[in-house]
Amino acid sequence: METLGVLLTVPMNQYLEEELDSRYNLFRLWETPPESRLDFLRAHAGSIHALVGDTNVVADAETIDALPRLEIVSTFSVGLDKIDLHKCRERGIRVTNTPDVLTDDVADLAIGLAIAVLRRIPQADRYVRCGSWKAKGNYQLTTKFSGKPVGIIGLGRIGMAVAKRAEAFGCSISYHSRSEKPDTNYKYYSNVLDLAANCQVLIVACSLTPETRHIVNREVMDTLGPKGVLVNIGRGQHVDEPELVKALVEGRLGAAAIDVFEQEPLVPEELFGLDNVVISPHAGSDTLETCKAMADLVLQNLEAHSSSKPLLTPVL
Amino acid sequence: MHRLTFVPANRALPLSLIPRPRPRPLNLRALPRRIACELASIAGDRDRELELPLVLILRPLFPAFQDALRERFRFLEPWESSLPTHDFLSAHANSVRALLCSGPLPPVDASTLACLPGLQCVVATSTGVNHIAMDECRRREILVANAGTVFSDDAADYAVGLLIDVLRKISTSDRYIRSGLWPLKGTYLLGSKLGGKRVGIVGFGSIGSKVAKRLEAFGCTIFYHSRTRKPSVSFKYFSNISNLAAESDALIVSCALTNETHHIISKDVLLALGKEGVVINVGRGALIDEKELVNCLMEGVIGGAGLDVFEDEPNVPQELFVLDNVVLSHHRAVFTPDSFSSLLQLVIDNLEAFFAGRPLLSPVSA
Repeated sequence: METLGVLLTVPMNQYLEEELDSRYNLFRLWETPPESRLDFLRAHAGSIHALVGDTNVVADAETIDALPRLEIVSTFSVGLDKIDLHKCRERGIRVTNTPDVLTDDVADLAIGLAIAVLRRIPQADRYVRCGSWKAKGNYQLTTKFSGKPVGIIGLGRIGMAVAKRAEAFGCSISYHSRSEKPDTNYKYYSNVLDLAANCQVLIVACSLTPETRHIVNREVMDTLGPKGVLVNIGRGQHVDEPELVKALVEGRLGAAAIDVFEQEPLVPEELFGLDNVVISPHAGSDTLETCKAMADLVLQNLEAHSSSKPLLTPVL
Repeated sequence: MHRLTFVPANRALPLSLIPRPRPRPLNLRALPRRIACELASIAGDRDRELELPLVLILRPLFPAFQDALRERFRFLEPWESSLPTHDFLSAHANSVRALLCSGPLPPVDASTLACLPGLQCVVATSTGVNHIAMDECRRREILVANAGTVFSDDAADYAVGLLIDVLRKISTSDRYIRSGLWPLKGTYLLGSKLGGKRVGIVGFGSIGSKVAKRLEAFGCTIFYHSRTRKPSVSFKYFSNISNLAAESDALIVSCALTNETHHIISKDVLLALGKEGVVINVGRGALIDEKELVNCLMEGVIGGAGLDVFEDEPNVPQELFVLDNVVLSHHRAVFTPDSFSSLLQLVIDNLEAFFAGRPLLSPVSA
């Protein structure tokens, strides 16, 4: 029985890499310079049956076309926006992701970021570390989080987990999604602008699709307004990034806590000088516990596939 | 507010917190008639003011509170006099029944109380009353009101915010990215999951119970320590704080500072907490043995800390400035407009209740 050949696109997790290496034939895509990658793929096309990627590099059309023996794409993420699902469907390629195991961590970070930016915690930390407390005093008031109306874009697993946490702070919850969810009491808005007009903390927690690209545009930010706070734990492309920068600099949007960017790891430098922003390096699921759980899920899915058993978390 | 030290006017404070001097009385006869009449009507206002109850203060009022308070009360301000404070207090001893204490300096200590034989009520603008000679107040049956629970939501939010920040490295990652390191060095260090963590709350009052309610929603297991077990609380109680620390992944310190709780987080407690353990302090700096805490952090005896308060504010041990597993903050856990406006209302309500012979709204229990 042929050993599964696995293409790992980036070194996203050491434990995962070591396990893949010990169990399968591992091909490390990042060790080849970008300009030679297609050649690398074609050279090993006969031996690659599985692809493991993450939120930055997974399986676009070109990659899938270069791998005629590709049977399964197992992404180290819950998001599927970097996978050409249409092509996978056409070719009968299975796709798995890592739902549920990362829900808590991402929701925790969403609330942590909301408090951090409303209460200006990173700013306080900077202030103390550079000696300003002793030199200058300063007792600036910051905005209370408890009781604020929270709006969530996308009420899937992560959105619901965010809602549950925000409720413990006495926040009222409203949401926008493709369709109203029958089993919640939260207020539904079919239009994201109406949601923005009726909340103060807007949290992006939906999946990235062509429909949700730039769902937070200039108009939404202006509606959220100078007292409004945007928290993005979805994808960078959910937010019109140049408009976000302008809105923050000009004070049309009160504050933002952003974990994801349109071109990670590049972050607009104008944000670096702002006090009403908290910047996070796509760390929604970046804990030791969750990364291990995600890696195990990838491994279990590949194991199931190679022994012709049902996949644990199939998307296709 | 407990945490504001009395600073001279030339320190850079936000405008609303810079003390302003009171206007001096005018010589009406020296002025044109028209102006004198106008001023006479203002003097009428001042006559009405003379009917307002008298309250002693030992430091200037917060400017943001001035208007509302001066509409309702007259204030006796010792620093306006050339007399030394205790002489001034003794001179006015007969007229002082109430004292508004708006900060830790100067403290309402036994010698101050001794100058005020007629004092019957102290209203503090903080929840903590460790700067007030409570034993002496109890002995003389002086009623003391504090800030009650007006700050509790904000303090609880801040404690949770600090805990998530330390575990998930929010402040250090923000610093990492702003230094331009994300494109150069890739992903920052992995954090630690909050869900499933055992959190030991030290002091289960208003703040502690609100912290518990919040953290339960994140999937934490809650334990607590306080002077006595609370029958209405379902969380596991630890009478011994080292045992609490041994079974907790994080400690949140939110109790009052008293002689008994001074350095309640000792070296033994930190050792019991262990090398993955995190300490969050939104109480008072002196609840933690700060020197030991710094040593434990530097030597990796505990995993991290989120600190809003310190033993000798605004001095912060400089060894902490180079640590990435620590989040530091300048005693502002309750500094929101909401807390301040609730505080103002509570101060007014307490003083009005006292002067009307009604019970205080937020008395400090014995």
